[in-house]
Amino acid sequence: MELHILLIFMIFAAIVAIEVKDLLSSVIAVGAVGFALCLAFLVLKAPDLAITQLVVEILCLIILIRATINKDLPLVIEGRWVFNALSTLGFIAVFLLFSWLALRELPRFGEPIMEVVKKYLQEGVSKTGAVNIVTAVILDFRAYDTLGEATVLFTSVIGIMAILRKPGRKKKE
Amino acid sequence: MILYFLCLILFCVGLYGVLRKRNIVKMIIGLGIMEYAMNLFFVLMGYRFHGRAPIDAKDQNILNMVDPLPQALVLTSIVIGLGVTALVISIAIRIYEKYGTFDITKIKRLKG
Amino acid sequence: MINNPETGMTLIVKTITRLTVGLILLFGIYIILHGHLSPGGGFAGGVIVALSFVHLMLAFGKDVAVSRVSKNLASNLESIGAMMFLLVALLGFLRGSFFLNILAKGSPFNLFSAGTIPLSNIAIGIKVGVGLFAIFLALVVLERSK
Repeated sequence: MELHILLIFMIFAAIVAIEVKDLLSSVIAVGAVGFALCLAFLVLKAPDLAITQLVVEILCLIILIRATINKDLPLVIEGRWVFNALSTLGFIAVFLLFSWLALRELPRFGEPIMEVVKKYLQEGVSKTGAVNIVTAVILDFRAYDTLGEATVLFTSVIGIMAILRKPGRKKKE
Repeated sequence: MILYFLCLILFCVGLYGVLRKRNIVKMIIGLGIMEYAMNLFFVLMGYRFHGRAPIDAKDQNILNMVDPLPQALVLTSIVIGLGVTALVISIAIRIYEKYGTFDITKIKRLKG
Repeated sequence: MINNPETGMTLIVKTITRLTVGLILLFGIYIILHGHLSPGGGFAGGVIVALSFVHLMLAFGKDVAVSRVSKNLASNLESIGAMMFLLVALLGFLRGSFFLNILAKGSPFNLFSAGTIPLSNIAIGIKVGVGLFAIFLALVVLERSK
């Protein structure tokens, strides 16, 4: 029941974040969505994810606020507003209809199919020695995923440094 | 079932922001909301009624743990999401420096 | 440079920051080292370490944080973290395959247990923490240089 309340709160906060006029209020509303997501992870028995989501959300908020502060928001009335909004909403309605049909084939909430994980849960402690099964999965059983993640993070840091370097090049002396 | 559907509605709110808004910061916020919805959907798939967190305790034999595999996948996805958000923000800051606005239609007009 | 009243925030914020920033850094290192025993691990601990440096930068201004960790040192440390993770992975070839856990397992619930997992945690913690700090440094340096 608390999950329903949290999800409805997240949907309302997301709508506020998308629709409000002021950029700073919009960023704060997105922070509200992130902290509600952290609470939902706690309810879903995932403490690792709750810690990570909390600290990542704080850093993300600092970066977003530094980027958007003191920058104006142009207020424009767009032409064909009604047509564009109605076509987008229609597309989203079709998407939700098909997703409703597809979701019925999934296993019910609360009764997952735990085929792969059964082995990890039985042999996790004896094979790796790590008590935290999530750490055992990401750093031992499925360490390839973590290697790929490290590569993606490295690439993103290099990309940011290349984009944000000072423009213009010094002439060779 | 209802929870999955609410999660997809949250995804659609982010999608609406990406498709309809003309401000780049609003688009980035929509991307972030979509990412939150996907992470939550993965973790919801692994939940088990009356389950416990996947950490062993001393002198206890815990039988009903929740599924740790989606949690492990989402843990990497959260940090990647922060990297992607920072990359898109840096591109937006560059655009603001060059054109003096966040509005994408004005950017198009100035280029031509 | 630290007591320069021109840069950074007010005296109250600076005094509180002097007390808390070490504790935040220590908590991040604790989270990294105990990743295989309790919730946390390299990702969360690395972000906390990065947050401690960001805290220092926000309170004292850019120059103090750069004097602790410069941009070149940040990129070098990030590469070292990535190479260390790859080295731990290649260590498995001594017994046959990639990412094999070859060190002694030890007994569970001890700090020194679980073979190569704490080493991987430390590598990922260095990489994530310094990488995110480098991102924030690049963003702030650009805004000041205008």
